[in-house]
Amino acid sequence: MSQFFENVGRRVLDSVAGIGFALAMFVSAIIGKPQPRKSWPLFIKQMYVVGVLSMVIIIVSGLFIGMVLGLQGYTILVDYGAEQSLGPMVALSLLRELGPVVTGLLFAGRAGSALTAEIGLMKATEQLSSLEMMAVDPLRRVIAPRFWAGLISMPLLALMFSAVGIYGGYLVGSGWLGVDEGAFWSVMQSAVDWRDDLLNGVIKSIVFAFVVTWIALYKGYRAVPTSAGISAATTSTVVTASLAVLGLDFILTAIMFGG
Amino acid sequence: MTQLVELKDVHFAHGDRPLYNGLSLTVPKGKVIAVMGPSGIGKTTLLKLIGGQLKPNKGSIKVAGEEVPKLSRDKLYELRKRMSMLFQSGALFTDMSVFDNVAFPLREHTELPENIIRSVVLMKLEAVGLRGARDLMPSELSGGMARRAALARAIALDPELIMYDEPFAGQDPISMGVIVKLIKSLNQSLGLTSIVVSHDVKEVLSIADYAYVIADKKVVGEGTPDELRNNDTDIIKQFLQGNADGPVAFHYSNDDFTTDLLGGEK
Repeated sequence: MSQFFENVGRRVLDSVAGIGFALAMFVSAIIGKPQPRKSWPLFIKQMYVVGVLSMVIIIVSGLFIGMVLGLQGYTILVDYGAEQSLGPMVALSLLRELGPVVTGLLFAGRAGSALTAEIGLMKATEQLSSLEMMAVDPLRRVIAPRFWAGLISMPLLALMFSAVGIYGGYLVGSGWLGVDEGAFWSVMQSAVDWRDDLLNGVIKSIVFAFVVTWIALYKGYRAVPTSAGISAATTSTVVTASLAVLGLDFILTAIMFGG
Repeated sequence: MTQLVELKDVHFAHGDRPLYNGLSLTVPKGKVIAVMGPSGIGKTTLLKLIGGQLKPNKGSIKVAGEEVPKLSRDKLYELRKRMSMLFQSGALFTDMSVFDNVAFPLREHTELPENIIRSVVLMKLEAVGLRGARDLMPSELSGGMARRAALARAIALDPELIMYDEPFAGQDPISMGVIVKLIKSLNQSLGLTSIVVSHDVKEVLSIADYAYVIADKKVVGEGTPDELRNNDTDIIKQFLQGNADGPVAFHYSNDDFTTDLLGGEK
């Protein structure tokens, strides 16, 4: 029994120490004299790796989710003769929820896992150590550009997801099932509010971007430098980041749309 | 003679496992110093302590007169520009070509124009015999070439102190010979100080000016290579001749084998 409490205690202590380390890591990676000449090319490269290369999965998923929304929404709405509301239904579900959340989940799987594995492997092959010995701070050189790239690219990906999804809903609803095109767009336009819907969705996606990228970088930096350790860290990134996105989504939704 | 590196009564533990109990050694300027010892006694840890990547629990570590564990981050980074370390794996950056790897410290720490960086890089690569391999990626290099490329990177900024972590491990006889010669000639031509951590006794003693043998958490023997060869304490003899039996146990655990076999606890 005392063994049990000991284990619980150790776990709690470990996780508190982990959070502390993650914060310290964050502070020293982000704060410091900016060196645009050196960090700009690194940032651009990471924007490509983290952002541009994630576009395919985001656009394809967005299209399909939008089409499914169009199809499901139509079959429900048509019973009430309300198929004109298909536009706002598709747009609001995407902008408020599905865009940020599904992008967060896909981003954790596509880019987060890659970041963790890459940094973990850099650690295992002593590249991080050798940066340190060359008097180059790995937090600024390796962590910071990846962090900014994730933080900036994910909200953009979420917007793309929503835009493509709305187009997918339009394709199915208007092109295939025969909802009036003008009604689809104009009802959507009057129902979607810039601040309440679009801006809140963007805020959500920025929060998710921060959390997912940070978890991925932290897990990689703290990975046990062996094959098993890196594999465990990668898995843990995807699981932790996905749960964090879903949990935070509930909290943010409650704050934004709850009252 | 001035001492570049001085360790005095250093205590260090990895978690609960003590690695050093009162380790002391000195490295005079301009010499090749060998640090030998059986695997698993923390020779790499020693280099990390000197480089300030790890902090000792107790004791003093001085590099060029500065107390390394007490330096602020900025001062430590300043000091590290004057030393460099050759990692066992080479630790080349896998996303850059050999040329860019060698140019990396120059681009980071100097404001030199690109054409001068090019000349310096080519000179360093020529010194390790890899000028022709400049456009290869690290994954295309053999183990020996990777280590030589890493050596070129380590000397790019003309450091005062260079620390070699097992430079001979896993090398074929030819590249081993090449690396032995390189260490010696770099030492002579550039006047740098070298610490070579290794358990390849023959190779390392052939180039060292002075050698330390570490076992049992401290220095157990030291001297010039000839003095060590003529040393007749058991532990030094066992290590230099590679005998399985002696003061250094070959077995990790000390439980009695028979009782263990005949139904110990696990």
